[in-house]
Amino acid sequence: MFYLSDIGKYFIMIKMSFFKPSKWKVLRKLIFKEINDLIIESIPIVAILSFFIGAVISIQTALNLSSPFISKSLIGFATRQSVILEFAPTFMSIIMAGKVGSYITSSIGTMRVTEQIDALEVMGINPLNYLVFPKIVALLFYPFVITISMFVAIFGGFLAMTFAGVPSEAYISGIQMEFEPYHIVYAYIKTFLFAIILATVPSYHGFYMKGGALEVGKASTLSFVWTSIIIIVVNFIITQLLLS
Amino acid sequence: MIEIKNIIKSFNESTIVNNVSTTFLKGKTNLIIGQSGSGKTVLLKCLLGLHTPDSGEIIYDGVSNKKMNDSSKTLLRREMGMVFQGSALFDSMTVIENVMFPLTMLSDKNDEEIREKAEIAIQRVELEKAYDKLPSELSGGMQKRVAIARAIVMNPKYLFCDEPNSGLDPRTSIIIDKLIQEITKEFNITTIINSHDMNSVMEIGEKIIFLVDGEKNWEGTNKEIFKTTNQSVTDFVYSSELLKKVKKYL
Ligand SMILES: Nc1ncnc2c1ncn2[C@@H]1O[C@H](COP(=O)(O)OP(=O)(O)O)[C@@H](O)[C@H]1O
Ligand SMILES: [Mg+2]
Repeated sequence: MFYLSDIGKYFIMIKMSFFKPSKWKVLRKLIFKEINDLIIESIPIVAILSFFIGAVISIQTALNLSSPFISKSLIGFATRQSVILEFAPTFMSIIMAGKVGSYITSSIGTMRVTEQIDALEVMGINPLNYLVFPKIVALLFYPFVITISMFVAIFGGFLAMTFAGVPSEAYISGIQMEFEPYHIVYAYIKTFLFAIILATVPSYHGFYMKGGALEVGKASTLSFVWTSIIIIVVNFIITQLLLS
Repeated sequence: MIEIKNIIKSFNESTIVNNVSTTFLKGKTNLIIGQSGSGKTVLLKCLLGLHTPDSGEIIYDGVSNKKMNDSSKTLLRREMGMVFQGSALFDSMTVIENVMFPLTMLSDKNDEEIREKAEIAIQRVELEKAYDKLPSELSGGMQKRVAIARAIVMNPKYLFCDEPNSGLDPRTSIIIDKLIQEITKEFNITTIINSHDMNSVMEIGEKIIFLVDGEKNWEGTNKEIFKTTNQSVTDFVYSSELLKKVKKYL
C-alpha cells in the first residue's frame, strides 16, 4: 500500500535523481539508450493499437449516427475529439504503464536484488542519478509518441470510413470542424504529466523493492497497478482543472 | 587498518549488530564468521558506509567516521573495493566494461589509459580470454574473478568481500580465497571477508571474529580457533561429522 511516508520518499527520490550527477559523457550515453528502449521501441505497438482503436471509434460513431439528418462529417469530428482528448493521452499511457512501466520496475528491481545498486553506491556513484534521471529525460520525448498515436488513430478512422463508403471529404471536414487549440494544450499538459509518472512511479517500485526474483515479478505488477491508478486519478484532476 | 568501537545497528527495533569492537589488520585477510543471519553482511555494510550505525565509531587508518563530512566520505569510498555475495556485475556490460566502469565513472583518465588499467586488473585475476564476454556467459568462479578485478581496479586501501565463495565448489572456493589473500599481500590492503566456510577459516583466517546473533563471541587466528574451549565456537567449527572425526585426531 501507499502510505504518506511513501509519497514523501517518492518525491525525495525524484529530487535526489538530480543531485551528484555522473559525468555528462556517461549520462548522454545512458539517455540515448533509454530513448531507444523506452520511446523508439514503443512506437510500433502504439501505432498498431492506435490504428485499430481509431478505426473502431469511427465505426461505432457511424453506427450510432444512422439518422440521415445528421451530417456524416460528425463521425470525423467525434473520432478526432475522443482520440485527442482521451484515447491517445490517457488510454495509451495505461498501455505504456504495462510496457514501459514494468520494464523499468523489473530492470531496476533486478539491479536491486542482485546488489548492483549497492555496487554503484560503494563506488560513490549516485544510483538514482545513474538509473532514474536518464529515464526522466528520455520520457520528455513521450509527447512525440502520443502525437504519432493521435495521427495514426485519426488515419485509422479515415480508412475504416473509406471502406464503409463514407465520402472522404465528409470525414476530413469533420476532423477540421470546430477546432479548439486549447484542447491540444490540455492533451499535451496531460501527456507531459503522464510521462513524468511513467518514468518515476515504476522506478520507485523497482528502486525500493526488497527480496528476490519472485518479488521482482510482484513489484512489476504492483507498479503497473499503481501507475495506472495514478494516471487515471491525475487525468480526472487535470480534466476538472482545465476543462470544466 | 580499520578499528571499530561499539558498533550497534538495528532495523525496526531488532538489533542486528550489537556492540561489536575489534581491529582489522592491514595486509591481512580478516574474517568475519558466523551462521547465516548472524549480522555479517550488515556489519560489513556499516564499514562500507552503506548502512549508518546507530552508535559506535569506525576508524579508517586513524580517521574516525565521526569527523568526516560528505566529501571526505565520498573520497573514502573511492579507496574501497567490494566483492558482493552474488558478484553484482552489471549484466548489460561485458567483462572489460564492468572492470572499466569505476574508472570511466570516477577518474579523469582517457579511454586508452582506462582500458589499460582494466586489462591489468583482469590479467591479475587471469581472465584475459573473457574480455568481451557478458557476465551471463561466465561460470560462478569467473564472475567472482571479474568482481575482484572490478574491486581492485581503483587500487583500494580496503577490500571487502561478502561470502566470496558462496555458490562455488570447494576447489574453486580455495582458489578464490587464495587469490584474495595474494592480492591483499601484494598491495598491502586491509581486507575483510565474510564467511561461514571452514575451509576459508583454515586457509586464510589470519584474523577472525566470530559473531553470534550480532554480538562478537570470540576473536583470534585460525591457529587459535581449533584450540579454543569456547563452546559456541567449537559448535560452529565442528558442525560437520567429518570435522568431528578430524577433531578426535587433533
Ligand atoms: N535492510 C534491512 N532491513 C531489515 N532487516 C535487515 C536488513 N538487512 C538485514 N536485515 C536482517 O538482519 C539479519 C542479519 O542479516 P545479515 O547481516 O544479512 O546476515 P548474514 O550476512 O550473517 O547471513 C537478518 O535477520 C536480516 O533479516
Ligand atoms: Mg550475508
